[in-house]
Amino acid sequence: MIEAHEVEAKILEGVPDAQHVKVEDLTGTKDHYRATVVSSAFEGKSRVEQHKLVYASLGALVGGDVHALALSTYTPAAWAAKQG
Amino acid sequence: MDDATRERIQKMIDEHPVVLFMKGTKSFPQCGFSATVVEVLRRSETEFLDVNVLEDPAIRQGIKDFAQWPTIPQLYVQGKFVGGCDIVREMYESGELSPVLEAAKG
Repeated sequence: MIEAHEVEAKILEGVPDAQHVKVEDLTGTKDHYRATVVSSAFEGKSRVEQHKLVYASLGALVGGDVHALALSTYTPAAWAAKQG
Repeated sequence: MDDATRERIQKMIDEHPVVLFMKGTKSFPQCGFSATVVEVLRRSETEFLDVNVLEDPAIRQGIKDFAQWPTIPQLYVQGKFVGGCDIVREMYESGELSPVLEAAKG
């Protein structure tokens, strides 16, 4: 188990130029999370590559303490468009 | 991961156009994320090989190293890793998935 803010901190630290990171506990059991991440480092990358950047920042956590991590990744422009 | 496992994985994704490494089977998915991908494939009328990693610990760990992707399920089309549950669902909803699956029906 790990706290949402710890997951947030790791992503903020590990993903280059992470501008916005929001982590929600999906089940209240501190091991199924959804994370929304906005970074310019995602530009020009496929979804798989973007998600791998986030997984890399979390190391062995995913598949360990964190059983499931639903990811939504955006470039700053895509995030701004989504905010509408 | 030992070579035998790597070869088994490679063989499966080479011999089957669409392969889903999942928890459970297509008729009895045993995890919500795996069930979501099975449903997407069903709605896309796509035949696929379901590989139950719960019954194959070597594959369960090996597939994570193979794709450098830490979670299950994992969808492969024409030998290439497409994504896990989130990516497959996003691609399905945005319409990007159907051409990929159509090409595999070839």
